[in-house]
Amino acid sequence: MKILSIDNVSLSFGGLKVLSDVSFDVNQGEIFAIIGPNGAGKTSILNIISGFYHPEKGKVFFKGNDLAHVHADKRAAMGMGRTFQNIALYHGMSVLDNIKLGAHSHLKTGLMSALWYWGAAHREEMELRKKIEEDIIDFLEIESIRNHLVSALAYGLQKRVELARALAMRPKVLLMDEPVAGMNAEETEDMARFILDIKEEYDITIVLIEHDMKMIMDISDRVLVLNFGQALTQGTPNGLFGTKEIERL
Amino acid sequence: MHIGDFKETYASDQAVFINATSRFWLGILFALLLIFPFVAGDYLLFMANLAGITIIGAVGLNILTGFAGLISLGHAAFIGVGGYTAAILSTRFDLPFLLCLPLSGLMAAFFGIIVGGPSLRLKGLYLCIATLAAQLILEFIFVHWESMTGGIRGMNISPPQIFGYVLDNDFKFYFVTLIMVILCVTFARNLFRTRVGRAFIAIRDRDISAELMGINLLRYKTYAFALSSFLAGISGCLWVNFLKNITPEHFPLLESVRYLAMIIVGGMGSILGSILGAIFMTIVPEVISTILGFLVNIFPTAMSFLFPLQQVIFGLLIVIFLVFEPHGLAEIWRRIKNYFHLWPFEH
Repeated sequence: MKILSIDNVSLSFGGLKVLSDVSFDVNQGEIFAIIGPNGAGKTSILNIISGFYHPEKGKVFFKGNDLAHVHADKRAAMGMGRTFQNIALYHGMSVLDNIKLGAHSHLKTGLMSALWYWGAAHREEMELRKKIEEDIIDFLEIESIRNHLVSALAYGLQKRVELARALAMRPKVLLMDEPVAGMNAEETEDMARFILDIKEEYDITIVLIEHDMKMIMDISDRVLVLNFGQALTQGTPNGLFGTKEIERL
Repeated sequence: MHIGDFKETYASDQAVFINATSRFWLGILFALLLIFPFVAGDYLLFMANLAGITIIGAVGLNILTGFAGLISLGHAAFIGVGGYTAAILSTRFDLPFLLCLPLSGLMAAFFGIIVGGPSLRLKGLYLCIATLAAQLILEFIFVHWESMTGGIRGMNISPPQIFGYVLDNDFKFYFVTLIMVILCVTFARNLFRTRVGRAFIAIRDRDISAELMGINLLRYKTYAFALSSFLAGISGCLWVNFLKNITPEHFPLLESVRYLAMIIVGGMGSILGSILGAIFMTIVPEVISTILGFLVNIFPTAMSFLFPLQQVIFGLLIVIFLVFEPHGLAEIWRRIKNYFHLWPFEH
């Protein structure tokens, strides 16, 4: 079943053609990888899906809905999670608060009840804390750093906190931009295991961009190859490996 | 020193005053604040009222600039809107003080929302200039809408009453100020325990990722402006009821800058910082002038030289602060607390 479809999407910045007529579908429950050299337009695709860029031509469908007039913050509420290539955590907040922020669109506290706090807002915060502790912090093994400031953490841990924040969004589809870039072999293995667990345990569909070919071959179900804004080919990792499109890159 | 401080519920782990020690000191502080007016003289009471009113304004600006990252150079003008609203409502419409208070806040919040409108498109220095424009326009209105504001001569109001009880001296007014400060500070602190406060900080730190995390930027920036100017309006209403008069000279651009300096010296993005900064900026100039006045008694000939020195010393103090303690007074306080955390042991 298709959960996300990209239909003939084109994007350009001034005279620079970033994406031309890219189409692909992502099925419910799979890990879909997008690969390609630098500047191929991979991150631009994710930005179009999450609503940060608007395509000139073409459409994006999520759970069957056309997203053309759906604003970025509403897409998050619909179940679209995101992690970023150059970590976009909030440095002035603790790990716990960063993760709680991910749950923003599932919470109801308004301005007035926030100012008053006692009562509904307090109950909601406590439920949220419990959920985050049991489902996310425990799962990603970050108990020991929950009260640390994000800016004081090592790079690999920051990536993990970012994943935690994305999980708190309770997404249907998780868009991950280079989850293991700059990590050592052990950290990469941990992250690959987490990604597989997220797919299995939480039934979250994952779209990921990555340069680490070994990891792509190991965990992804299907791969899209992108070069100069054009979709060269797509298929299973084993089927693609050794084809002329891959060799050319 | 305290040990064995384990938490068994999430609620106790997320409490603001997290252990018995901090609750004990909070109690002491309240007790001192209640005893203070009975032992302090007129001058100290006057200063305490002024500091309290300034604290409410500073908390307002810190919510906008320190937490939500939206710089404003128009805060004094919003305080002025609150002050003029209170003065006009109480003299022309004979509204009671307790009704004027929220109405001045709401009026200032309304102006705040209008000025904050462009903030969705403007950031940093550009927003700063937009708020500067608001400051100048509002100042112009204070001076030139003479039929309403009394122009350059301003307005005088009679002492406020609460259910027939007249607050005609600083001692009586102190308790009103104290209650309002406690309310405003508590509400502000609560805000940052919930999703609304977290959204403010997220907008400050990375607005693009905040939007992709599901935060409606327009709504939360508007909230920040409305809340900040609401507190400014409350501060303005207290100000005019305390001083019993109001003129445009009370709310110049320099006053906006002074509020910014307050939250920077106190600590951006810290409620405690706003309180400490406001007290610092209210009390220290007085302390300096007292010391200088004392020196003038000893060296009468140096008078012409010593008096202009006040401003210089005050400016120098602020510069020294920024160089050696960029995170403000709140950071110093945190270090002192940490030192006593395991006292008398070092580790």
